[in-house]
Amino acid sequence: MKRKSKLKKWKAFDVCNVLFMVVICFLMIYPIWYVIVNSFSEGTEVLKGGIYWWPRKFCLENYTAVFKNKEIYTSFGITVLKTVVGTVTSVLFTAMVAYGLSKPYLVGRKFFMIMGIITMFFSGGLIPYFLLIKQLGMLDSFWVYIIPSLFGFYNAIIFMTFFRNIPVELEESARIDGANDFVIFLKIILPVSGPVLATIALFNGVGQWNDYFTGVIYITNEQWLIPIQTFLYKIISESSSTRIVQNMPATVRNSMVTSTTVKYATMVVTTFPIVCVYPFLQKYFVQGIMVGSVKG
Amino acid sequence: MKGKNGNLWKKIRQQRFLLMMVLLGMIWLLVFCYFPMYGCQIAFQNYRITDTLGSSQWVGLKWFQKFFQDPVFFQVMKNTLGISLLKLVFGFTAPIVFALLLNEIRNIRFKRIVQTLSYLPHFLSWVILGGIMITWLSDTGVINKALIALGILDAGVSFLAKPEYFWGISVISEIWKELGWGAIIYLAAISGIDPSLYEAAEIDGANRFQRLWYITLPEISGTIAILFILQVGGIMGSNFDQIFVLHNALNDTASNVIDMFVYKIGIGNASYSYATAIGLFRSVVSLVLLLIANRVSGKLEGSSLF
Repeated sequence: MKRKSKLKKWKAFDVCNVLFMVVICFLMIYPIWYVIVNSFSEGTEVLKGGIYWWPRKFCLENYTAVFKNKEIYTSFGITVLKTVVGTVTSVLFTAMVAYGLSKPYLVGRKFFMIMGIITMFFSGGLIPYFLLIKQLGMLDSFWVYIIPSLFGFYNAIIFMTFFRNIPVELEESARIDGANDFVIFLKIILPVSGPVLATIALFNGVGQWNDYFTGVIYITNEQWLIPIQTFLYKIISESSSTRIVQNMPATVRNSMVTSTTVKYATMVVTTFPIVCVYPFLQKYFVQGIMVGSVKG
Repeated sequence: MKGKNGNLWKKIRQQRFLLMMVLLGMIWLLVFCYFPMYGCQIAFQNYRITDTLGSSQWVGLKWFQKFFQDPVFFQVMKNTLGISLLKLVFGFTAPIVFALLLNEIRNIRFKRIVQTLSYLPHFLSWVILGGIMITWLSDTGVINKALIALGILDAGVSFLAKPEYFWGISVISEIWKELGWGAIIYLAAISGIDPSLYEAAEIDGANRFQRLWYITLPEISGTIAILFILQVGGIMGSNFDQIFVLHNALNDTASNVIDMFVYKIGIGNASYSYATAIGLFRSVVSLVLLLIANRVSGKLEGSSLF
């Protein structure tokens, strides 16, 4: 008798738990769904409000407005370019350095490791960094997206953990053939490091894609260089989206497109690529976070 | 002696390619990490924008004194510590609770779907999430409509324009963004627990709650400790990416954290020396907190970073 009531109690717990999880899922997806349905609705309808589940007066004009806007597609192009170039260069560079550091017999290895680990826990702060970027002439330059994010010691540690588990025999035969360490890294190590390369590439890629602050702080005059996230930040904080609306013909402008719907459409366009790579993200990110948690 | 030196040179020659690869990285570290540390000296100087580094006049601790005597000092520290401690109490525990509850879900497919959806917000930038929040929290936004419909509010409140709501908004939205992502590491730690422990407990008659309390939690306490140390090290930070988006002139008294203040003083007013001093204060306190947490955790829990 007593056992039965206990079982009932656990049953109630299970039901509550499942309901709780359903609520969590709803909370995670709904805000994004809200933006999507509003971005496909006519501007005046959105202003009236109350569009929660499905677009009202479905229209694509918000998206036409976004893609007809020169500022948006340049900043979109900048974002794609910086994400691709930044990710490829930083993954290769970090892997190269980490490969050297992964060799236990490397002269001065301990010193280099300490030098790297310090940077994980202490930094000079925003202003000295800003002055450095300025001195290097990278203010208002595309390179500010690439060179300062070329390397990172946390990622290097993830690479090192992986490289240390590659069997030495793979390298030995190449070494006997007279290949130097750099050639071995390129021809032997990189081809067998697919999973870790993908992990770090996705880490860096998402970081690049989502970064808005670099564009806010280091791009001061050459506004065409700002990435889409910075553009969006400016729309959100300064409501400059009215300017985009003015690029549309008057008849369309009045009923279909408002600054609010353009904002929503830009948000969807900006988020779309992330959602596309999401299946890969979760596979590799979970792996990456696990490797990273193993003490370097 | 000569032999040893000769050996070293021989080794260096042998490893010259490896060393070159590593040195490129070290040069990068010197330029982008160590040079800014060296540049911190302007915190003790009267730096003007035309000065070359090292040629400015030394002024001792003037800027630090200025910061501690600044009427804003108290506000900035209160906001930074207030937001960070709330995030430490709620933001840190939420993923643990979520992971434990998710682990109790029996249906593997449902569990996987929940997990996959739960870390979606982690991959969206604060600009997107901030944009959604600004619309939702406005006086005619979704949140107000829901609260009015439920009879909790009579009229719309512009939440982000009211300082008294800012801390709560900052903490809740961060939990929302990082809940599922933060849980991944705990779920992985839970899945690594030896199943024979649970079997033994079951034979001893332990119920589900007792198994959670006496086996799962102690088994993942090492992971919890490591993440706790890192979070304590970040107390002086309070997530600038988020606050920079949600900050506005009306909620400034509650959202003016150290990083925000440094940005305003340094980039806005171009008072480089003053802003550097504040930033240096922040970095040093962060490091000290991290070391203390690491020490304490090492003593109590047996897990530490180094």
